[in-house]
Amino acid sequence: MIPAKFDYKKVSSISEALELLAKHGDDAKLLAGGHSLIPAMKLRLNQPEILIDISQIAGMNTIKMDGDEIVIGANCTHHQILTSDVVKQNAKMLTEVAKMIGDIQVRNRGTIGGSLAHSDPSADWPASVLAADAKIEVEGKSGERTIAATDFFQGIFTTALEDDEIITAIRFPKIADGNYQKFFQSASRFAIAGVAVIKFGGKVRVGVTGVSDTPYRASAVEAAYDGTSSAAALAVDGVEVMSDHFAGEEYRSHLAKVLVKKALES
Amino acid sequence: MQITITVNGKPHTHEVEPRTSLALFLRETLDLTGTHIGCDTSSCGACTVHLDGAAVKSCTLLAVQADGLKVTTIEGMANGNEMHPIQAAFKEHHGLQCGFCTPGMVMTAANILKENPAPSEDEIRHGLEGNFCRCTGYHNIVKSIQHAAGTLNA
Ligand SMILES: Cc1cc2nc3c(=O)[nH]c(=O)nc-3n(C[C@H](O)[C@H](O)[C@H](O)COP(=O)(O)OP(=O)(O)OC[C@H]3O[C@@H](n4cnc5c(N)ncnc54)[C@H](O)[C@@H]3O)c2cc1C
Ligand code: FES
Ligand code: FES
Repeated sequence: MIPAKFDYKKVSSISEALELLAKHGDDAKLLAGGHSLIPAMKLRLNQPEILIDISQIAGMNTIKMDGDEIVIGANCTHHQILTSDVVKQNAKMLTEVAKMIGDIQVRNRGTIGGSLAHSDPSADWPASVLAADAKIEVEGKSGERTIAATDFFQGIFTTALEDDEIITAIRFPKIADGNYQKFFQSASRFAIAGVAVIKFGGKVRVGVTGVSDTPYRASAVEAAYDGTSSAAALAVDGVEVMSDHFAGEEYRSHLAKVLVKKALES
Repeated sequence: MQITITVNGKPHTHEVEPRTSLALFLRETLDLTGTHIGCDTSSCGACTVHLDGAAVKSCTLLAVQADGLKVTTIEGMANGNEMHPIQAAFKEHHGLQCGFCTPGMVMTAANILKENPAPSEDEIRHGLEGNFCRCTGYHNIVKSIQHAAGTLNA
């Protein structure tokens, strides 16, 4: 399986990437770890004419604290996040999430920015990004902006990112009491359902991935939360649940409720 | 385009099409056929090599992405005629049958042991999530890696 022909350019700065994006428009695709894009190109589901490799841009692969926030560069691999002390000390839940993504080899290549931009409905990060109310920092021709997690995910493989924009970093608050529960698709290891719960001051925020074609905040659960796990019954309230050959609608709904319950009880 | 990749310590400069995977580059351009291509879809791990020391699936990496970087393949593990301790452990403890998955298993095992020199059985099994074996039932692969850990730590 060999992709259709394309040109390749490794860039060393965000401005260089933005220039190439502006020049080539729809014909260009950014390349980070390539672990979603290259498989799609081999299947010829995607046939860009030029790949802009952003993986070596300086400053996009660091993890640091900025005041009370953890700033994770978009090019950080899942493995980097898994092994980061800053993450472990300030948001242990994210360490646990990274550990559950793919396998060693996938974690060594795949990036958090690529995962969010790709927005696979079964990807892991979206649940935590939503539960943490994280901010996605992007840069485009017209400057920089910050997108709230709740505005970012818009549908299957669809986000609020414009064609000429790059995700530069993800800004997470500290997470003192968070928990991620995942039911694995046993061959690919993607999430058939994944639930992130963050508790704070008697309240909760709940992010759900894998269940609907768009990851979502389980607002019904959040509103009904009473300190117990009874609100888990509302995990798919108002949500259109996906159905595929791995899990039908009823089974997925059941998994969502069970995982929300487990996460609330943890 | 022209790329230079240091493979098993030796720099190689070649003209490649950007769409060439690292796995194909290693096998067809450099004739290093120890790296196997099983699924070609990033599932089976037979194509695992090290890129700057980290295990990666070379079927899902373009050779151009590795330009300027260091790659180690199974051919780079032994020291002359002396097998790497992980290879020796696979031989000693019957960690292979047909051998198709073995290069990838050895390269992933090296990554597991680098990060965790004394892994539990459970940690080894989880570490091998991205490597499939159709022959052994994994039992002796896990045993081989446990023994290799012992040798490397001795
Ligand atoms: C075998 C296998 C198992 C996997 N298992 C899991 C799993 O369990 N859970 C999970 O969540 N994921 C899983 N993945 C997906 C993996 O995490 C991907 O690596 C990740 O989703 C995409 O990141 P990437 O860096 O590889 O992106 P790429 O493949 O390089 O890019 C993906 C898309 O994002 C765009 N893009 C990349 N970076 C940016 C940026 N900074 N700004 C704007 N757009 C950008 C690209 O143009 C492209 O459209 C798996 C993948 C494989 C191959
Ligand atoms: S050949 Fe690369 S993972 Fe199977
Ligand atoms: S020994 Fe045959 S596939 Fe593993």
